[in-house]
Amino acid sequence: MMLWVGVLVGCLGCYLLKLAGLSVPESVLRRPRVHRISALLPIVLLAALVAVQTFSTGSQLVLDARAAGLAVAGIAVWRRCPFLVVVGLAALTTGLVRLVLPAW
Amino acid sequence: MSPQTDPAWRLTRSKVLRDSLGVSVATGAYGISFGAIALTGGLDMWQTMALSLLMFTGGSQFGLVGVVAGGGAPLAGAATAIMLGARNALYGLRLTELLRVRGWRRPVAAQLIIDESTAMSIGRDSRRAARLGFYATGLGVFVLWNIGTLVGVLGAAWLADPRTLGMDAAAPAAFLALLAPRLRGREAWAIALVAALVAVLAVPFVPVGFPVLIAACVGLVAGFLPGRTGPDGAAGIDEVVEEIDGADDGSGGSR
Repeated sequence: MMLWVGVLVGCLGCYLLKLAGLSVPESVLRRPRVHRISALLPIVLLAALVAVQTFSTGSQLVLDARAAGLAVAGIAVWRRCPFLVVVGLAALTTGLVRLVLPAW
Repeated sequence: MSPQTDPAWRLTRSKVLRDSLGVSVATGAYGISFGAIALTGGLDMWQTMALSLLMFTGGSQFGLVGVVAGGGAPLAGAATAIMLGARNALYGLRLTELLRVRGWRRPVAAQLIIDESTAMSIGRDSRRAARLGFYATGLGVFVLWNIGTLVGVLGAAWLADPRTLGMDAAAPAAFLALLAPRLRGREAWAIALVAALVAVLAVPFVPVGFPVLIAACVGLVAGFLPGRTGPDGAAGIDEVVEEIDGADDGSGGSR
């Protein structure tokens, strides 16, 4: 139930932001600080998500097969592979490491 | 000359439509991974489809799923998604002049504002081509992204144990692929590394989902500090914003 609340609140918030861009007077969003923060937010949020999802399980820091998957994903991104290839290689690598080293 | 018979416009129109279709197909394929990751992360089919239909902005959808997948509070997931969607407001600002939508069309056009439709619209050499690029890409991605999501959901439901297949590494890899085009310049790299470090260090001490929000504070603080390239930060900002627009243009084609 709470999950539904999160989903719908998130949807509403994201939609209102889209609508605001088309409706709000330009002067508000043209402020340099607003511009700068909205450019930086995706960078910090995505970087944090990468780190947290790779190196933690719940509230514990862990180093497991996902790190190997992320390393391969990093190489794939650097080599400019398409999105699905990056994601697929990360999953494949992680699965293979778990096959060889079940403890990971 | 009427619009239908103008040969120059016909040429432009077919080029814009071809670009839009290419981006839509590529993004639809990427919707498959969203569907699979969302289901693996604990959402059910209806919640996943609600995100693709109603939220309809890839980065935010992945963000919400990423937070709740680890057991994070759904509202922390919503907050992450909303912050990731803040850039759509800036896109809207730039599109206002190109689209000039009034009345009932405005709330409809708003839903179609995403990275891809913006990238395929701005930079066209006429307002007419810009509008066509926006609507063709927005509608094309909307349809194929939702079909892709459904395919991913149904596919993931077939998998026995997603963890054996390494599906839990798919989400961070997806975030990395979304992050990479934004890492232009030393400032962006530094901020990303600090944010990642802060988030990881916070993991043992705060509830699940909050490390990402704490990292968002790094972005807010960095936003209030002067930029590296200008005394008042103004030059740095424009640079970052331009880079992001350029990156979105590039990623649209490669997905």
